[in-house]
Amino acid sequence: MQKMLSIIGNVLRGTASKNGAEVVSEGARVVLSSRGYADFTQQATFDIKMCDLHKFEEGPPLQAVLTREQGLQYYRTMQMMRRMELKADQLYKQKIIRGFCHLYDGQEACAVGIEGGITPSDHLITAYRAHGYTLLRGGTVKEILAELTGRRGGIAKGKGGSMHMYTKHFYGGNGIVGAQVPLGAGVALACKYMENNELCVCLYGDGAANQGQIFETYNMAALWKLPCIFICENNRYGMGTPVERSAASTEYYKRGDYIPGLRVDGMDVLCVREATKFAADHCRAGKGPVLMELQTYRYHGHSMSDPGVSYRTREEIQEVRSKSDPISMLKDRILQNNMASVEELKEIDIAVRKEIEDAAQYATTDPEPPLEELCNHIFHNEAPLDVRGTNPWTKFKSHS
Amino acid sequence: MASMRCFLRSGKNAVSVVLRREIHRTSPASLQVTVRDALNQAMDEELERDDKVYLLGEEVAQYDGAYKVSRGLWKKYGDKRIIDTPITEMGFTGIAVGSAMAGLRPICEFMTFNFSMQAIDQVINSAAKTNYMSAGLQSVPIVFRGPNGSSAGVAAQHSQCFAAWYAHCPGLKVVSPWNAEDAKGLLKSAIRDDNPVVFLENELMYGVAFEMSEEQLSKDYLVPIGKAKVERQGTHISLVAHSRMVSHCLDAAAVLAKEGIECEVINLRTIRPLDIETIEASVMKTNHLVTVEGGWPQFGVGAEICASIMEGPAFNYLDAPAARVTGVDIPMPYAKILEDNSVPQIKDIIFTVKKTLNV
Repeated sequence: MQKMLSIIGNVLRGTASKNGAEVVSEGARVVLSSRGYADFTQQATFDIKMCDLHKFEEGPPLQAVLTREQGLQYYRTMQMMRRMELKADQLYKQKIIRGFCHLYDGQEACAVGIEGGITPSDHLITAYRAHGYTLLRGGTVKEILAELTGRRGGIAKGKGGSMHMYTKHFYGGNGIVGAQVPLGAGVALACKYMENNELCVCLYGDGAANQGQIFETYNMAALWKLPCIFICENNRYGMGTPVERSAASTEYYKRGDYIPGLRVDGMDVLCVREATKFAADHCRAGKGPVLMELQTYRYHGHSMSDPGVSYRTREEIQEVRSKSDPISMLKDRILQNNMASVEELKEIDIAVRKEIEDAAQYATTDPEPPLEELCNHIFHNEAPLDVRGTNPWTKFKSHS
Repeated sequence: MASMRCFLRSGKNAVSVVLRREIHRTSPASLQVTVRDALNQAMDEELERDDKVYLLGEEVAQYDGAYKVSRGLWKKYGDKRIIDTPITEMGFTGIAVGSAMAGLRPICEFMTFNFSMQAIDQVINSAAKTNYMSAGLQSVPIVFRGPNGSSAGVAAQHSQCFAAWYAHCPGLKVVSPWNAEDAKGLLKSAIRDDNPVVFLENELMYGVAFEMSEEQLSKDYLVPIGKAKVERQGTHISLVAHSRMVSHCLDAAAVLAKEGIECEVINLRTIRPLDIETIEASVMKTNHLVTVEGGWPQFGVGAEICASIMEGPAFNYLDAPAARVTGVDIPMPYAKILEDNSVPQIKDIIFTVKKTLNV
């Protein structure tokens, strides 16, 4: 009773401090939250960095409104993505995940910001650093991790692996650098053809940005005014090659030439969201494609086989982590504006950790796909056919 | 009559023009239709039947098609459904594949399949493999079509046959029509198929007319993918070919018949999946096998047929090793005399048949 009174006292004095939080018991917390709800800021407006413009008269707004609900949702999603990637790192080092594994930690604000600027009925395609996008587009952590560990519960039944995960309106997950860009423009063509007011977000990295097929795609997308947002996630390194060593022009947002472009702070989820909304409006108005360059950073190396420190310094990585981490930035904004409590965010952290642990448990115990599945899904909507095995006497059945 | 058929098959189409004029006055149950017109009809009918079908490629719209295969379609269906692309194969093939992933049914034309090499990554890695990689979640209903193989005087970079290259890959269907009935029925089947189909036409066959029955001219006439057709019954030897070489085999068979050798001629129609059962049944009857193709010999269509026959029940019925008649193992030369001797001629087929039969 004494404890409870002192806590309530603290709240009334407006110092819901860390000390107070630590003392909170179950019952008290309930009281605290129901009292606290009225205390939390329901929405706040933040100044965001101005985008560099290419062939735009005006850019996205310089302020963004964040509601409490959105703040908590973005926080939760970014934490989920972060922890999922770190879990994948752990499982890879335990040799439970094999082959390629390209991790996204550090870049969360890009994916979450983009998703915040489009709708679920829009379309998205990216390259191989795709686990975060798969999650945002409807995949569950369970089925993503189980795909990485190659189990039957994986999102592609274990047939695809890290680089080949698909959901509704999400076209992977693509292994060939740059090939996803024309594919994305094709999805946009389908949107325009079917007159459904949908658009396609088409992502690629700074390494892919020099691919010829991307320029071919710029040409056709602009010529035919396809509702396509090209997004270059510039994390400064194409595998081990820094941008200055691979591109004659590192102003990726200008490389679309006749396509208007924006250079965006990719570490700020609100900046990314506002820029995406701005670009989406442009596309939906039938004005044709937009090119966005998101300046971002990956903490891991290119893939799990790359320690990531031979071409950049540990100091650089640490500096980004401490000064520009997207999750920290969002957390600071939320707390400094009293949009949520430290406890709430901690609760989210705990819930996220639990979900990841459960998913990892599933991903390591779910059985591998049965051998009978080996030759299935070669074709769609096809009568079962025989597929030759490794020798003339072995045959498998292939079902659609 | 046999010589008349020879005449028509081998490429002189003056007769068909005369006959086509007659058509408008009378209305016989069958028509002489060129392969080009059969392809055009197939696309026209499928464009009309399903508004998700569309055609894209270089010069397909306002130019009426580089080889006039898409003549009249742009005028009828407009810019939305018949799309002229810039000369950027990798880009527009990727766009076509992406649009198929999102629910459209594109016909992606390569002016010739030689140019498909620029886009081959999109055909194989983006189209063919995707249904498997996604465990059936993402299908790719697309047709890649265009002329394949040697033409006349177009030299090395424009004469390659891609049947073996594409047929090597799981996830693709590879079709190679011979006559007008094949062209129409198989193209319609390919367009209606929910999977990526590589449709290999032949420029030298475009102008050749064949008789098509009323049934074959109807809007729902389909030729199934994956089934070969016995074009000529025979008892002494099985000749297996695809595309233009079927004509050569029939011509060779006509000549050999005069010497008492009856050839069974099989038109593959589909390269992948290969209808090995039809070939086996034939070999088990004739005991001799010769494959004929325009492409290069090494690792080719004939090589696959021979290997498959060896692995199956028909091997024990062979009285002689199977032989392949193929293009010469060189890049295609330009001079007429050299070019003529780089591809199988009727005399080469006759020679090989006689060698196999030891006569």
